[in-house]
Amino acid sequence: MTGKQETVSLFKPKLGGADTGLQKELATGNESFFTTTPFDRKKRLTEIVAKSVLLLMTLLMVIPLILIVCYLLYKAFPVLSLDFLFTNPTRGMRAGGIWAALLGTMYLVVISLLVSAPIGVLAAIYLSEYAGDNWLTRIINLAVVNLAGVPSIVHALFGVGAFVLFARMGRSILAASLTLAIMTLPVIIAATNEALRAVPMAFREACWNVGATRWQTIRSIVLPNSISGILTGIILQVSRAAGETAPIMFTGAVFYKAISEGDPFAYGLFDQCMALSMHLFTISTQVPGVPEAVPYGTAVVLLGTVLLVNMLAIVLRMYLRSRKKW
Amino acid sequence: MRDDDKKIEISNLRVTYGEKEALKGISLDVYENEILSIIGPAQSGKTTLLKVINRTIDLVPDAKVQGTAKVDGENVRDVKSVYQLRRKIGMVFPLPVGLPLSIYDNVAFAPRAAGIRNRKDLDAIVEHCLQQAALWDEVKDRLDSLGTRLSGGQQQRLTIARALSHQPEILCLDEFSIAVDPVTTMRIEDVLKELRSQVTIILVTNLVQQARRLADRTAFLLNGELIEIDINEVIFSDSPANQMTYDYVSGTFG
Repeated sequence: MTGKQETVSLFKPKLGGADTGLQKELATGNESFFTTTPFDRKKRLTEIVAKSVLLLMTLLMVIPLILIVCYLLYKAFPVLSLDFLFTNPTRGMRAGGIWAALLGTMYLVVISLLVSAPIGVLAAIYLSEYAGDNWLTRIINLAVVNLAGVPSIVHALFGVGAFVLFARMGRSILAASLTLAIMTLPVIIAATNEALRAVPMAFREACWNVGATRWQTIRSIVLPNSISGILTGIILQVSRAAGETAPIMFTGAVFYKAISEGDPFAYGLFDQCMALSMHLFTISTQVPGVPEAVPYGTAVVLLGTVLLVNMLAIVLRMYLRSRKKW
Repeated sequence: MRDDDKKIEISNLRVTYGEKEALKGISLDVYENEILSIIGPAQSGKTTLLKVINRTIDLVPDAKVQGTAKVDGENVRDVKSVYQLRRKIGMVFPLPVGLPLSIYDNVAFAPRAAGIRNRKDLDAIVEHCLQQAALWDEVKDRLDSLGTRLSGGQQQRLTIARALSHQPEILCLDEFSIAVDPVTTMRIEDVLKELRSQVTIILVTNLVQQARRLADRTAFLLNGELIEIDINEVIFSDSPANQMTYDYVSGTFG
Protein backbone atom coordinates (compact mmCIF):
# COMPACT_ATOMS: atom_id res chain seq x y z
CA MET A 1 0.00 0.00 0.00
CA THR A 2 3.02 2.27 0.25
CA GLY A 3 3.08 2.25 -3.50
CA LYS A 4 -0.27 3.93 -3.56
CA GLN A 5 0.89 6.67 -1.21
CA GLU A 6 3.90 7.37 -3.36
CA THR A 7 2.01 7.48 -6.61
CA VAL A 8 -0.54 9.88 -5.25
CA SER A 9 2.10 12.17 -3.85
CA LEU A 10 3.90 12.02 -7.12
CA PHE A 11 0.92 13.04 -9.14
CA LYS A 12 -0.78 15.52 -6.90
CA PRO A 13 1.72 18.37 -7.07
CA LYS A 14 1.60 18.34 -10.85
CA LEU A 15 -2.14 18.60 -10.85
CA GLY A 16 -2.25 21.12 -8.02
CA GLY A 17 -3.75 24.48 -8.86
CA ALA A 18 -5.86 22.92 -11.54
CA ASP A 19 -7.81 25.42 -13.58
CA THR A 20 -9.29 23.64 -16.55
CA GLY A 21 -12.14 21.21 -16.27
CA LEU A 22 -10.05 18.26 -17.33
CA GLN A 23 -7.34 18.93 -14.80
CA LYS A 24 -9.91 19.36 -12.06
CA GLU A 25 -11.46 16.07 -12.94
CA LEU A 26 -8.08 14.38 -12.87
CA ALA A 27 -7.20 16.02 -9.58
CA THR A 28 -10.38 14.90 -7.88
CA GLY A 29 -10.73 11.62 -9.72
CA ASN A 30 -7.27 10.33 -9.00
CA GLU A 31 -8.21 9.07 -5.53
CA SER A 32 -10.37 6.31 -6.98
CA PHE A 33 -7.75 5.79 -9.65
CA PHE A 34 -5.15 4.54 -7.23
CA THR A 35 -7.17 2.88 -4.46
CA THR A 36 -7.52 -0.90 -4.51
CA THR A 37 -10.96 -2.38 -4.83
CA PRO A 38 -11.83 -5.89 -3.57
CA PHE A 39 -11.78 -6.99 -7.18
CA ASP A 40 -8.18 -5.83 -7.52
CA ARG A 41 -7.17 -7.81 -4.45
CA LYS A 42 -8.90 -10.90 -5.78
CA LYS A 43 -7.14 -10.46 -9.11
CA ARG A 44 -3.78 -10.25 -7.41
CA LEU A 45 -4.46 -13.36 -5.32
CA THR A 46 -5.51 -15.32 -8.42
CA GLU A 47 -2.34 -14.20 -10.14
CA ILE A 48 -0.18 -15.47 -7.28
CA VAL A 49 -2.00 -18.80 -7.16
CA ALA A 50 -1.76 -19.29 -10.93
CA LYS A 51 1.93 -18.50 -10.98
CA SER A 52 2.69 -20.84 -8.06
CA VAL A 53 0.79 -23.75 -9.57
CA LEU A 54 2.54 -23.32 -12.91
CA LEU A 55 5.94 -23.09 -11.23
CA LEU A 56 5.21 -26.19 -9.13
CA MET A 57 4.30 -28.18 -12.25
CA THR A 58 7.47 -27.03 -13.97
CA LEU A 59 9.55 -28.23 -11.04
CA LEU A 60 7.67 -31.53 -11.00
CA MET A 61 8.71 -31.97 -14.61
CA VAL A 62 12.30 -30.74 -14.31
CA ILE A 63 13.43 -32.53 -11.15
CA PRO A 64 12.84 -36.13 -12.33
CA LEU A 65 14.50 -35.23 -15.61
CA ILE A 66 17.65 -34.02 -13.89
CA LEU A 67 17.59 -37.02 -11.54
CA ILE A 68 17.36 -39.46 -14.46
CA VAL A 69 20.28 -37.91 -16.28
CA CYS A 70 22.44 -37.73 -13.16
CA TYR A 71 21.60 -41.31 -12.20
CA LEU A 72 22.41 -42.58 -15.69
CA LEU A 73 25.72 -40.73 -15.79
CA TYR A 74 26.65 -41.96 -12.31
CA LYS A 75 25.89 -45.59 -13.12
CA ALA A 76 27.53 -45.42 -16.53
CA PHE A 77 30.67 -43.67 -15.38
CA PRO A 78 32.89 -46.80 -15.09
CA VAL A 79 32.51 -47.73 -18.76
CA LEU A 80 32.32 -44.35 -20.45
CA SER A 81 35.36 -43.89 -22.70
CA LEU A 82 36.19 -43.50 -26.37
CA ASP A 83 36.99 -47.20 -26.46
CA PHE A 84 33.45 -47.94 -25.37
CA LEU A 85 32.19 -46.09 -28.44
CA PHE A 86 34.56 -47.61 -30.97
CA THR A 87 34.87 -51.30 -30.06
CA ASN A 88 32.49 -54.18 -30.62
CA PRO A 89 30.80 -55.95 -27.73
CA THR A 90 32.83 -58.95 -26.54
CA ARG A 91 32.32 -61.98 -24.29
CA GLY A 92 28.66 -62.44 -25.20
CA MET A 93 28.05 -58.68 -24.88
CA ARG A 94 29.22 -58.72 -21.27
CA ALA A 95 32.26 -56.58 -22.06
CA GLY A 96 33.70 -54.40 -24.79
CA GLY A 97 31.98 -51.45 -26.42
CA ILE A 98 28.93 -50.65 -28.54
CA TRP A 99 30.47 -49.75 -31.92
CA ALA A 100 28.34 -52.09 -34.00
CA ALA A 101 25.15 -50.80 -32.38
CA LEU A 102 26.13 -47.13 -32.62
CA LEU A 103 27.00 -47.40 -36.30
CA GLY A 104 23.84 -49.44 -36.97
CA THR A 105 21.64 -46.76 -35.43
CA MET A 106 23.34 -44.11 -37.54
CA TYR A 107 22.78 -46.12 -40.72
CA LEU A 108 19.13 -46.68 -39.90
CA VAL A 109 18.45 -43.06 -38.99
CA VAL A 110 20.27 -41.52 -41.94
CA ILE A 111 18.79 -43.82 -44.57
CA SER A 112 15.26 -43.57 -43.18
CA LEU A 113 15.59 -39.79 -43.16
CA LEU A 114 16.91 -39.68 -46.73
CA VAL A 115 13.68 -41.41 -47.73
CA SER A 116 11.11 -39.78 -45.48
CA ALA A 117 12.27 -36.15 -45.46
CA PRO A 118 12.03 -35.42 -49.20
CA ILE A 119 8.82 -37.40 -49.66
CA GLY A 120 7.22 -35.92 -46.55
CA VAL A 121 8.16 -32.31 -47.24
CA LEU A 122 7.23 -32.39 -50.92
CA ALA A 123 3.93 -34.15 -50.22
CA ALA A 124 3.10 -31.60 -47.55
CA ILE A 125 3.87 -28.76 -49.96
CA TYR A 126 1.49 -30.28 -52.47
CA LEU A 127 -1.22 -30.82 -49.88
CA SER A 128 -1.06 -27.34 -48.42
CA GLU A 129 -0.12 -25.21 -51.44
CA TYR A 130 -1.63 -26.93 -54.47
CA ALA A 131 -4.40 -29.33 -53.50
CA GLY A 132 -7.84 -27.81 -53.19
CA ASP A 133 -9.93 -28.14 -50.09
CA ASN A 134 -12.24 -31.04 -50.94
CA TRP A 135 -13.33 -34.27 -49.32
CA LEU A 136 -10.42 -36.22 -50.77
CA THR A 137 -7.72 -33.94 -49.40
CA ARG A 138 -9.56 -33.74 -46.09
CA ILE A 139 -9.55 -37.54 -45.87
CA ILE A 140 -5.85 -37.60 -46.76
CA ASN A 141 -5.03 -35.05 -44.08
CA LEU A 142 -7.09 -36.97 -41.55
CA ALA A 143 -5.31 -40.17 -42.49
CA VAL A 144 -1.93 -38.50 -42.10
CA VAL A 145 -2.76 -37.23 -38.63
CA ASN A 146 -4.09 -40.64 -37.61
CA LEU A 147 -1.09 -42.48 -39.02
CA ALA A 148 1.13 -40.24 -36.92
CA GLY A 149 -0.56 -41.67 -33.86
CA VAL A 150 -0.35 -45.35 -34.80
CA PRO A 151 1.85 -47.42 -32.42
CA SER A 152 5.24 -48.25 -33.89
CA ILE A 153 4.65 -52.00 -33.65
CA VAL A 154 1.95 -51.62 -36.30
CA HIS A 155 4.46 -49.97 -38.61
CA ALA A 156 6.79 -52.88 -37.81
CA LEU A 157 4.23 -55.42 -38.96
CA PHE A 158 3.66 -53.45 -42.14
CA GLY A 159 7.43 -53.33 -42.67
CA VAL A 160 7.70 -57.10 -42.35
CA GLY A 161 4.90 -57.64 -44.84
CA ALA A 162 5.84 -55.00 -47.37
CA PHE A 163 9.63 -54.77 -47.33
CA VAL A 164 10.99 -57.97 -45.79
CA LEU A 165 8.61 -60.41 -47.46
CA PHE A 166 6.84 -58.79 -50.41
CA ALA A 167 9.72 -56.69 -51.74
CA ARG A 168 12.12 -59.52 -50.82
CA MET A 169 14.61 -57.28 -49.11
CA GLY A 170 14.91 -59.80 -46.32
CA ARG A 171 15.78 -58.67 -42.84
CA SER A 172 18.19 -55.89 -43.73
CA ILE A 173 19.24 -52.34 -42.99
CA LEU A 174 17.26 -51.22 -46.03
CA ALA A 175 14.02 -52.88 -44.88
CA ALA A 176 14.43 -51.54 -41.35
CA SER A 177 15.21 -48.02 -42.60
CA LEU A 178 12.19 -48.02 -44.87
CA THR A 179 10.01 -49.14 -41.98
CA LEU A 180 11.35 -46.29 -39.88
CA ALA A 181 10.73 -43.95 -42.81
CA ILE A 182 7.09 -45.06 -43.01
CA MET A 183 6.79 -44.43 -39.30
CA THR A 184 8.26 -40.91 -39.41
CA LEU A 185 6.60 -39.82 -42.66
CA PRO A 186 3.19 -38.78 -41.27
CA VAL A 187 4.72 -36.65 -38.54
CA ILE A 188 7.02 -34.94 -41.02
CA ILE A 189 4.05 -34.22 -43.28
CA ALA A 190 2.01 -32.85 -40.38
CA ALA A 191 4.88 -30.69 -39.08
CA THR A 192 5.63 -29.32 -42.56
CA ASN A 193 1.96 -28.58 -43.12
CA GLU A 194 1.85 -26.67 -39.88
CA ALA A 195 4.97 -24.66 -40.78
CA LEU A 196 3.63 -23.80 -44.24
CA ARG A 197 0.30 -22.67 -42.85
CA ALA A 198 2.06 -20.30 -40.48
CA VAL A 199 3.16 -18.19 -43.47
CA PRO A 200 0.51 -15.46 -43.85
CA MET A 201 -1.84 -15.89 -46.81
CA ALA A 202 -1.36 -12.20 -47.66
CA PHE A 203 2.22 -12.92 -48.78
CA ARG A 204 1.02 -15.52 -51.26
CA GLU A 205 -1.73 -13.28 -52.57
CA ALA A 206 0.70 -10.42 -53.03
CA CYS A 207 2.89 -12.71 -55.15
CA TRP A 208 0.02 -14.08 -57.21
CA ASN A 209 -1.22 -10.57 -57.86
CA VAL A 210 1.97 -9.60 -59.64
CA GLY A 211 1.81 -12.66 -61.88
CA ALA A 212 4.02 -15.09 -60.00
CA THR A 213 3.21 -18.77 -60.35
CA ARG A 214 2.52 -20.94 -57.35
CA TRP A 215 5.97 -22.48 -57.52
CA GLN A 216 7.70 -19.09 -57.79
CA THR A 217 5.74 -18.02 -54.73
CA ILE A 218 6.62 -21.18 -52.81
CA ARG A 219 10.28 -21.00 -53.67
CA SER A 220 10.89 -17.35 -52.98
CA ILE A 221 8.48 -16.57 -50.16
CA VAL A 222 6.78 -19.56 -48.54
CA LEU A 223 9.73 -21.95 -48.14
CA PRO A 224 12.31 -19.44 -46.87
CA ASN A 225 9.85 -18.42 -44.18
CA SER A 226 8.83 -21.89 -43.09
CA ILE A 227 12.09 -23.80 -43.45
CA SER A 228 13.00 -23.47 -39.76
CA GLY A 229 9.74 -25.06 -38.69
CA ILE A 230 10.07 -27.80 -41.30
CA LEU A 231 13.59 -28.64 -40.16
CA THR A 232 12.53 -28.77 -36.55
CA GLY A 233 9.87 -31.31 -37.46
CA ILE A 234 12.33 -33.43 -39.40
CA ILE A 235 15.05 -33.43 -36.79
CA LEU A 236 12.68 -34.33 -33.99
CA GLN A 237 11.82 -37.39 -36.04
CA VAL A 238 15.50 -38.30 -36.12
CA SER A 239 15.50 -38.75 -32.38
CA ARG A 240 12.31 -40.76 -32.59
CA ALA A 241 13.77 -43.05 -35.25
CA ALA A 242 16.91 -43.50 -33.16
CA GLY A 243 14.97 -44.45 -30.07
CA GLU A 244 12.37 -46.90 -31.42
CA THR A 245 12.95 -50.62 -31.05
CA ALA A 246 9.77 -52.22 -32.34
CA PRO A 247 9.97 -51.20 -36.03
CA ILE A 248 13.51 -52.53 -36.47
CA MET A 249 13.26 -55.65 -34.33
CA PHE A 250 11.58 -57.75 -37.02
CA THR A 251 12.90 -55.97 -40.08
CA GLY A 252 16.65 -55.81 -39.79
CA ALA A 253 18.14 -55.41 -36.35
CA VAL A 254 19.93 -58.35 -34.75
CA PHE A 255 21.10 -59.21 -31.26
CA TYR A 256 24.73 -59.47 -32.15
CA LYS A 257 26.92 -58.83 -35.15
CA ALA A 258 30.60 -58.12 -35.19
CA ILE A 259 31.83 -55.52 -37.69
CA SER A 260 35.24 -54.07 -38.32
CA GLU A 261 35.94 -51.59 -35.58
CA GLY A 262 36.22 -47.90 -36.39
CA ASP A 263 35.24 -48.38 -40.06
CA PRO A 264 32.24 -46.17 -40.84
CA PHE A 265 31.42 -48.20 -43.96
CA ALA A 266 31.33 -51.53 -42.19
CA TYR A 267 27.66 -52.17 -43.01
CA GLY A 268 26.12 -52.80 -46.43
CA LEU A 269 22.53 -51.94 -47.38
CA PHE A 270 21.39 -55.56 -47.27
CA ASP A 271 23.30 -56.50 -44.11
CA GLN A 272 21.58 -56.94 -40.82
CA CYS A 273 22.79 -54.60 -38.13
CA MET A 274 22.83 -53.93 -34.44
CA ALA A 275 21.12 -50.84 -33.07
CA LEU A 276 21.46 -48.92 -29.81
CA SER A 277 17.84 -49.19 -28.72
CA MET A 278 17.69 -52.91 -29.46
CA HIS A 279 21.11 -53.51 -27.88
CA LEU A 280 19.96 -51.81 -24.72
CA PHE A 281 16.89 -54.03 -24.60
CA THR A 282 18.97 -57.16 -25.19
CA ILE A 283 21.66 -56.59 -22.59
CA SER A 284 19.24 -55.45 -19.93
CA THR A 285 16.75 -58.29 -20.28
CA GLN A 286 18.09 -61.18 -22.36
CA VAL A 287 21.72 -61.68 -21.36
CA PRO A 288 22.58 -62.77 -17.81
CA GLY A 289 25.67 -61.48 -16.06
CA VAL A 290 26.16 -58.18 -17.88
CA PRO A 291 28.05 -55.71 -15.67
CA GLU A 292 25.65 -53.02 -14.51
CA ALA A 293 27.59 -50.18 -16.09
CA VAL A 294 27.27 -51.49 -19.67
CA PRO A 295 23.51 -51.00 -20.19
CA TYR A 296 23.73 -47.65 -18.44
CA GLY A 297 26.60 -46.67 -20.70
CA THR A 298 24.54 -47.68 -23.73
CA ALA A 299 21.62 -45.62 -22.45
CA VAL A 300 23.86 -42.60 -21.99
CA VAL A 301 25.17 -42.91 -25.54
CA LEU A 302 21.62 -43.21 -26.89
CA LEU A 303 20.54 -40.23 -24.82
CA GLY A 304 23.62 -38.31 -25.92
CA THR A 305 22.94 -39.01 -29.58
CA VAL A 306 19.36 -37.81 -29.30
CA LEU A 307 20.44 -34.78 -27.30
CA LEU A 308 23.09 -33.97 -29.88
CA VAL A 309 20.55 -34.10 -32.68
CA ASN A 310 18.13 -31.93 -30.75
CA MET A 311 20.85 -29.41 -30.03
CA LEU A 312 21.57 -29.37 -33.73
CA ALA A 313 17.90 -28.68 -34.35
CA ILE A 314 17.88 -25.82 -31.88
CA VAL A 315 21.01 -24.21 -33.30
CA LEU A 316 19.77 -24.60 -36.87
CA ARG A 317 16.41 -23.16 -35.96
CA MET A 318 17.99 -20.21 -34.20
CA TYR A 319 20.14 -19.53 -37.24
CA LEU A 320 17.22 -19.76 -39.65
CA ARG A 321 14.91 -17.75 -37.44
CA SER A 322 17.43 -14.95 -37.31
CA ARG A 323 17.08 -14.77 -41.08
CA LYS A 324 13.29 -14.88 -41.00
CA LYS A 325 12.02 -11.56 -42.18
CA TRP A 326 8.82 -10.87 -40.27
CA MET B 1 -15.18 8.43 -75.00
CA ARG B 2 -15.55 6.01 -77.83
CA ASP B 3 -16.20 2.31 -77.81
CA ASP B 4 -12.74 1.37 -79.05
CA ASP B 5 -11.26 3.09 -76.01
CA LYS B 6 -12.74 0.47 -73.78
CA LYS B 7 -10.01 -1.09 -71.65
CA ILE B 8 -12.27 -3.27 -69.55
CA GLU B 9 -15.77 -4.41 -70.39
CA ILE B 10 -17.86 -6.10 -67.79
CA SER B 11 -21.25 -7.42 -68.67
CA ASN B 12 -23.82 -9.11 -66.53
CA LEU B 13 -21.23 -10.23 -64.02
CA ARG B 14 -22.57 -12.44 -61.27
CA VAL B 15 -20.35 -13.83 -58.51
CA THR B 16 -21.42 -16.10 -55.68
CA TYR B 17 -19.48 -17.40 -52.71
CA GLY B 18 -21.39 -20.56 -51.88
CA GLU B 19 -24.87 -19.34 -50.99
CA LYS B 20 -23.89 -15.71 -50.76
CA GLU B 21 -24.29 -13.50 -53.81
CA ALA B 22 -21.50 -10.93 -53.93
CA LEU B 23 -22.22 -9.40 -57.34
CA LYS B 24 -25.72 -9.57 -58.75
CA GLY B 25 -25.21 -9.10 -62.45
CA ILE B 26 -23.44 -5.81 -63.02
CA SER B 27 -22.28 -4.27 -66.29
CA LEU B 28 -19.80 -1.45 -66.66
CA ASP B 29 -16.96 -0.33 -68.89
CA VAL B 30 -13.66 1.25 -68.02
CA TYR B 31 -12.04 3.49 -70.63
CA GLU B 32 -8.39 3.79 -71.41
CA ASN B 33 -6.42 6.23 -69.25
CA GLU B 34 -9.27 7.26 -67.04
CA ILE B 35 -9.60 7.06 -63.30
CA LEU B 36 -12.78 5.23 -62.45
CA SER B 37 -13.63 5.23 -58.81
CA ILE B 38 -15.94 2.68 -57.27
CA ILE B 39 -17.68 3.70 -54.10
CA GLY B 40 -20.11 1.91 -51.86
CA PRO B 41 -20.38 0.56 -48.34
CA ALA B 42 -18.71 -2.64 -47.17
CA GLN B 43 -20.03 -5.91 -48.59
CA SER B 44 -21.13 -4.25 -51.81
CA GLY B 45 -18.84 -6.37 -53.99
CA LYS B 46 -16.13 -3.86 -54.84
CA THR B 47 -13.18 -6.10 -54.00
CA THR B 48 -14.82 -9.08 -55.70
CA LEU B 49 -15.01 -7.06 -58.91
CA LEU B 50 -11.25 -6.43 -58.83
CA LYS B 51 -10.57 -10.10 -58.14
CA VAL B 52 -12.58 -11.10 -61.18
CA ILE B 53 -10.59 -8.77 -63.40
CA ASN B 54 -7.19 -10.25 -62.51
CA ARG B 55 -8.67 -13.70 -61.95
CA THR B 56 -7.41 -14.10 -58.42
CA ILE B 57 -11.04 -15.07 -57.84
CA ASP B 58 -9.90 -18.50 -59.09
CA LEU B 59 -7.95 -18.87 -55.89
CA VAL B 60 -10.96 -18.30 -53.66
CA PRO B 61 -12.55 -21.64 -52.81
CA ASP B 62 -16.22 -22.01 -53.82
CA ALA B 63 -16.40 -18.72 -55.72
CA LYS B 64 -18.56 -18.98 -58.83
CA VAL B 65 -18.38 -16.50 -61.68
CA GLN B 66 -21.02 -15.98 -64.36
CA GLY B 67 -21.13 -13.35 -67.09
CA THR B 68 -18.09 -11.91 -68.81
CA ALA B 69 -15.24 -9.62 -67.97
CA LYS B 70 -13.07 -8.53 -70.90
CA VAL B 71 -9.67 -6.86 -70.72
CA ASP B 72 -8.52 -5.39 -74.04
CA GLY B 73 -11.41 -7.14 -75.71
CA GLU B 74 -10.38 -10.56 -74.47
CA ASN B 75 -12.47 -12.52 -72.02
CA VAL B 76 -10.36 -13.01 -68.90
CA ARG B 77 -11.57 -16.57 -68.63
CA ASP B 78 -10.16 -17.42 -72.07
CA VAL B 79 -6.74 -15.78 -71.77
CA LYS B 80 -3.86 -18.02 -72.75
CA SER B 81 -1.75 -17.17 -69.73
CA VAL B 82 -3.35 -16.02 -66.51
CA TYR B 83 0.09 -14.84 -65.36
CA GLN B 84 0.34 -12.54 -68.35
CA LEU B 85 -3.11 -11.18 -67.54
CA ARG B 86 -2.09 -10.51 -63.95
CA ARG B 87 1.06 -8.76 -65.10
CA LYS B 88 -1.11 -6.45 -67.15
CA ILE B 89 -2.89 -5.40 -63.98
CA GLY B 90 -1.34 -3.87 -60.89
CA MET B 91 -3.16 -4.54 -57.62
CA VAL B 92 -2.95 -2.64 -54.37
CA PHE B 93 -4.95 -3.90 -51.42
CA PRO B 94 -6.15 -2.15 -48.24
CA LEU B 95 -3.48 -3.45 -45.89
CA PRO B 96 0.06 -2.94 -47.12
CA VAL B 97 1.88 -6.20 -47.64
CA GLY B 98 5.63 -5.84 -47.62
CA LEU B 99 6.98 -9.19 -48.69
CA PRO B 100 9.58 -10.52 -46.25
CA LEU B 101 12.35 -9.49 -48.61
CA SER B 102 14.59 -6.47 -48.97
CA ILE B 103 13.09 -3.29 -50.39
CA TYR B 104 14.94 -3.91 -53.62
CA ASP B 105 13.72 -7.50 -53.89
CA ASN B 106 10.17 -6.45 -53.11
CA VAL B 107 10.08 -4.31 -56.22
CA ALA B 108 12.25 -6.63 -58.30
CA PHE B 109 10.05 -9.62 -57.43
CA ALA B 110 7.59 -9.30 -60.29
CA PRO B 111 10.17 -8.54 -63.00
CA ARG B 112 12.20 -11.51 -61.81
CA ALA B 113 9.11 -13.71 -61.85
CA ALA B 114 8.61 -12.54 -65.42
CA GLY B 115 12.14 -13.67 -66.31
CA ILE B 116 14.21 -10.48 -66.15
CA ARG B 117 17.60 -11.42 -64.70
CA ASN B 118 19.90 -8.62 -65.88
CA ARG B 119 20.97 -6.61 -62.85
CA LYS B 120 21.09 -3.32 -64.74
CA ASP B 121 17.54 -3.68 -66.04
CA LEU B 122 16.34 -4.59 -62.56
CA ASP B 123 18.14 -1.59 -61.05
CA ALA B 124 16.44 0.69 -63.53
CA ILE B 125 13.00 -0.77 -62.89
CA VAL B 126 13.40 -0.59 -59.11
CA GLU B 127 14.49 3.03 -59.18
CA HIS B 128 11.79 4.05 -61.65
CA CYS B 129 8.98 2.35 -59.73
CA LEU B 130 10.09 3.62 -56.34
CA GLN B 131 10.22 7.10 -57.80
CA GLN B 132 6.77 6.73 -59.29
CA ALA B 133 5.49 5.65 -55.89
CA ALA B 134 7.14 8.66 -54.21
CA LEU B 135 9.28 6.43 -52.02
CA TRP B 136 12.68 6.59 -53.71
CA ASP B 137 14.09 9.53 -51.76
CA GLU B 138 13.27 7.91 -48.43
CA VAL B 139 14.73 4.50 -49.14
CA LYS B 140 17.41 4.94 -51.80
CA ASP B 141 20.19 4.56 -49.22
CA ARG B 142 18.83 1.39 -47.67
CA LEU B 143 17.47 -0.70 -50.49
CA ASP B 144 18.92 -3.78 -48.82
CA SER B 145 16.96 -3.39 -45.60
CA LEU B 146 13.75 -5.26 -45.04
CA GLY B 147 10.54 -4.11 -46.70
CA THR B 148 8.59 -5.28 -43.67
CA ARG B 149 10.48 -2.86 -41.40
CA LEU B 150 9.13 0.21 -43.18
CA SER B 151 6.32 2.21 -41.63
CA GLY B 152 2.74 1.49 -42.71
CA GLY B 153 2.58 4.41 -45.13
CA GLN B 154 5.95 3.54 -46.63
CA GLN B 155 4.93 -0.09 -46.99
CA GLN B 156 1.80 0.94 -48.84
CA ARG B 157 3.91 2.99 -51.25
CA LEU B 158 6.22 0.00 -51.55
CA THR B 159 3.17 -2.07 -52.45
CA ILE B 160 2.29 0.47 -55.11
CA ALA B 161 5.85 0.39 -56.42
CA ARG B 162 5.55 -3.38 -56.63
CA ALA B 163 2.22 -3.11 -58.40
CA LEU B 164 3.90 -0.84 -60.97
CA SER B 165 7.02 -2.98 -61.30
CA HIS B 166 5.58 -5.24 -63.97
CA GLN B 167 4.55 -2.22 -66.03
CA PRO B 168 0.81 -2.80 -65.84
CA GLU B 169 -1.63 -1.13 -68.17
CA ILE B 170 -4.29 -1.13 -65.50
CA LEU B 171 -3.82 -0.19 -61.88
CA CYS B 172 -6.44 -1.29 -59.36
CA LEU B 173 -6.34 0.24 -55.91
CA ASP B 174 -8.59 -1.21 -53.23
CA GLU B 175 -9.05 1.28 -50.41
CA PHE B 176 -5.34 1.97 -50.40
CA SER B 177 -5.60 4.77 -47.85
CA ILE B 178 -7.04 2.75 -44.96
CA ALA B 179 -3.69 2.11 -43.30
CA VAL B 180 -2.07 5.35 -44.42
CA ASP B 181 -1.94 8.77 -42.81
CA PRO B 182 -3.60 11.73 -44.58
CA VAL B 183 -0.34 13.31 -45.70
CA THR B 184 0.87 10.10 -47.33
CA THR B 185 -2.58 9.66 -48.84
CA MET B 186 -2.25 13.04 -50.51
CA ARG B 187 1.20 12.11 -51.82
CA ILE B 188 -0.14 8.88 -53.27
CA GLU B 189 -3.06 10.74 -54.80
CA ASP B 190 -0.59 13.07 -56.52
CA VAL B 191 1.21 10.01 -57.81
CA LEU B 192 -2.05 8.66 -59.22
CA LYS B 193 -2.79 11.92 -60.99
CA GLU B 194 0.58 11.68 -62.70
CA LEU B 195 0.09 8.05 -63.61
CA ARG B 196 -3.22 8.77 -65.28
CA SER B 197 -1.52 9.56 -68.56
CA GLN B 198 0.12 6.12 -68.68
CA VAL B 199 -2.30 3.68 -67.10
CA THR B 200 -5.96 3.08 -66.56
CA ILE B 201 -6.82 3.34 -62.89
CA ILE B 202 -9.64 1.72 -60.97
CA LEU B 203 -9.92 3.22 -57.53
CA VAL B 204 -12.08 1.42 -55.01
CA THR B 205 -12.57 3.72 -52.10
CA ASN B 206 -14.59 4.28 -48.97
CA LEU B 207 -13.80 7.95 -49.04
CA VAL B 208 -16.40 9.72 -51.13
CA GLN B 209 -14.29 12.86 -51.18
CA GLN B 210 -11.34 10.91 -52.54
CA ALA B 211 -13.43 9.68 -55.43
CA ARG B 212 -14.55 13.26 -56.02
CA ARG B 213 -10.99 14.60 -55.97
CA LEU B 214 -9.40 12.02 -58.21
CA ALA B 215 -11.79 10.28 -60.52
CA ASP B 216 -13.10 11.08 -63.96
CA ARG B 217 -16.07 8.84 -63.44
CA THR B 218 -17.57 7.18 -60.40
CA ALA B 219 -19.59 4.02 -59.98
CA PHE B 220 -21.80 3.47 -56.96
CA LEU B 221 -22.19 -0.13 -55.85
CA LEU B 222 -24.66 -1.26 -53.20
CA ASN B 223 -25.21 -4.85 -52.06
CA GLY B 224 -23.72 -6.28 -55.23
CA GLU B 225 -25.74 -4.10 -57.57
CA LEU B 226 -24.57 -1.20 -59.69
CA ILE B 227 -26.77 1.70 -58.68
CA GLU B 228 -25.25 4.27 -60.98
CA ILE B 229 -22.16 5.01 -63.03
CA ASP B 230 -21.50 8.40 -64.58
CA ILE B 231 -18.98 11.19 -64.88
CA ASN B 232 -18.12 12.89 -61.60
CA GLU B 233 -19.89 16.09 -62.60
CA VAL B 234 -23.16 14.18 -62.58
CA ILE B 235 -22.58 11.85 -59.62
CA PHE B 236 -21.50 14.65 -57.34
CA SER B 237 -24.07 17.12 -58.60
CA ASP B 238 -27.39 17.88 -56.94
CA SER B 239 -29.19 15.64 -59.38
CA PRO B 240 -27.61 12.25 -60.06
CA ALA B 241 -29.93 9.82 -61.75
CA ASN B 242 -30.59 7.86 -58.61
CA GLN B 243 -31.72 9.30 -55.29
CA MET B 244 -29.66 6.72 -53.37
CA THR B 245 -26.49 7.95 -55.04
CA TYR B 246 -27.28 11.48 -53.94
CA ASP B 247 -27.95 10.31 -50.39
CA TYR B 248 -24.72 8.34 -50.27
CA VAL B 249 -22.36 10.97 -51.65
CA SER B 250 -23.96 13.77 -49.70
CA GLY B 251 -23.68 11.77 -46.50
CA THR B 252 -27.37 11.41 -45.70
CA PHE B 253 -27.06 7.66 -45.88
CA GLY B 254 -24.32 5.13 -45.40
